[in-house]
Amino acid sequence: MQKGRVTIADHDLRTEPEKVRESIGIVFQELTLDRDMTVREILEYHGRLYSMPKAQRQARVDELLSLVELEAKRNVLTRYLSGGMKRRLEIARGLMTRPRVLFMDEPTIGLDPQTRIRIWDYVKDINRQGTTIFLTTHYMDEADQLSDRISIIDHGEIIVTGKPWELKNALGEDLIYLETSDNRGASSLLEKLDTVKGVRGKSKGIIAMVNVDGTYLLPEIMDKLRNGGIKIRAVNLKKPSMDDVFVHYTGKELRDTGTEKTVLVKPGRR
Amino acid sequence: MHKGFLTIYWRDMLRFVRFRTLLFTSLVQPALWLAFFGVAMSNNFERLTATMPVIPGVRAVGYLTFIGAGVIAMTTLFTSLFGGTVLLFDKNWGLMRETLSSPLPRIHIIIGIGLSAMTKSFIQATVIMVFGLLLGVQFFEGYTAIQVLASLFGIMLFIGAFSLGFLFLSAAIAITMESPEGMQAVITLLTMPFFFTSNALYPANSFPPVLRALSTVNPLTHLVSGIRYFAIGSEFSSIGLRYTYTQEEVIVSFLALLAFAGIMFLIARWRFTRVTVT
Repeated sequence: MQKGRVTIADHDLRTEPEKVRESIGIVFQELTLDRDMTVREILEYHGRLYSMPKAQRQARVDELLSLVELEAKRNVLTRYLSGGMKRRLEIARGLMTRPRVLFMDEPTIGLDPQTRIRIWDYVKDINRQGTTIFLTTHYMDEADQLSDRISIIDHGEIIVTGKPWELKNALGEDLIYLETSDNRGASSLLEKLDTVKGVRGKSKGIIAMVNVDGTYLLPEIMDKLRNGGIKIRAVNLKKPSMDDVFVHYTGKELRDTGTEKTVLVKPGRR
Repeated sequence: MHKGFLTIYWRDMLRFVRFRTLLFTSLVQPALWLAFFGVAMSNNFERLTATMPVIPGVRAVGYLTFIGAGVIAMTTLFTSLFGGTVLLFDKNWGLMRETLSSPLPRIHIIIGIGLSAMTKSFIQATVIMVFGLLLGVQFFEGYTAIQVLASLFGIMLFIGAFSLGFLFLSAAIAITMESPEGMQAVITLLTMPFFFTSNALYPANSFPPVLRALSTVNPLTHLVSGIRYFAIGSEFSSIGLRYTYTQEEVIVSFLALLAFAGIMFLIARWRFTRVTVT
């Protein structure tokens, strides 16, 4: 830690690091399961590390295995589990000690859509039961679906934080995409309109963020451009998505994000 | 008291018992040393020393009995020196993150892994002794049952202290190194001087002065002396030489092993406080 203070679950990281460790759970980005231990042993080991009493450990193992639907794999070595099962086991492990705060680093990376959706369900369940979850992800739909609060991080700094709908609404009611014969001219024409919050250039066209219902504004805009001698080649109208929010704030297309990451902050309801 | 080290111990033993191949080879390999190297060398030495006069007044034991102690010591050395490798794998495969991000004090990792290496050494030593007795190693000859038990206890004390020392050393190396290949190389390099400057395979009395000095500070020499004292006796002769181990010498040897273990523990602890999880 370089500077500042960190308080997790009412414990100061600097003065009570042990207490902090006791109140958090972590699901790491890469798989960190011993291939040579069984599903039960993985959870057992974790419970022991946190000095959980035996009876409590056993009860918790049963409970978690049924939560992540791995009862049938109880005595199977983790090397024989599929990627999704391993992920589920890691999530169960993160929950073993009933942490007040759970950190999940890209928990659904590389998983098939069904497994992702199942994991989302667990995440929602856990959150509903009162655990605050910090989840990082590159998938904007995931962020949108799961979070109460989202922070977008670019180059290691939080550039915006808000509820998903707030972030999306900040971009306007609708987004109108236009490809024209003169994109620059079209931009300056549109920027003069009160109903347009802003215009952003794309590789082949422009995107106008509008304050009103786009379905009614679009014909008006098209007339205006035509009257200005600008030819329209393509049009698209859509609601702002988290992808648009990300692009808007980081100024980059998602596909060339390299080191950027999105962090979602999810306050638990206690 | 925090019993975290038992958790580390439990996991390591679990893996030891689980890998049948590893378990089997770790038990058979020392036995093979005794069976091949021991028997072959024994025959040679018996032939070379056949013409030498018998030293009067002390019990003469064969070479196989002489290196029986050496093979136990050597096995303990190898098992303990490689015992820390698991930490390197844990570190490289990210498994250690779980342990390091838990409230478990790091020192428990060292202690737990040390105890498991000690247990493995006990098991191996027992197997070698049983196998050795079958091959004709003359351990505990003329001892009463009580004396055998007391001797076994003494041997295990020596093995315990020794294996802890080398395990701590191994753990310190493992946590510092980046690659298993590098660790393998360093440890192989380390075993050579320890092994060959000791009295495990041949008497150290006839070494040139430098080697002899090395031999007296070599923990392996102290372990071998301890085992011979308890398993063979305080006075005996082998390959034409007379060996005497006084009680004082044996106590000094044990203290030397304890001191070695203590120093290695401090080094391991120091290396562990430097580990960061990323």
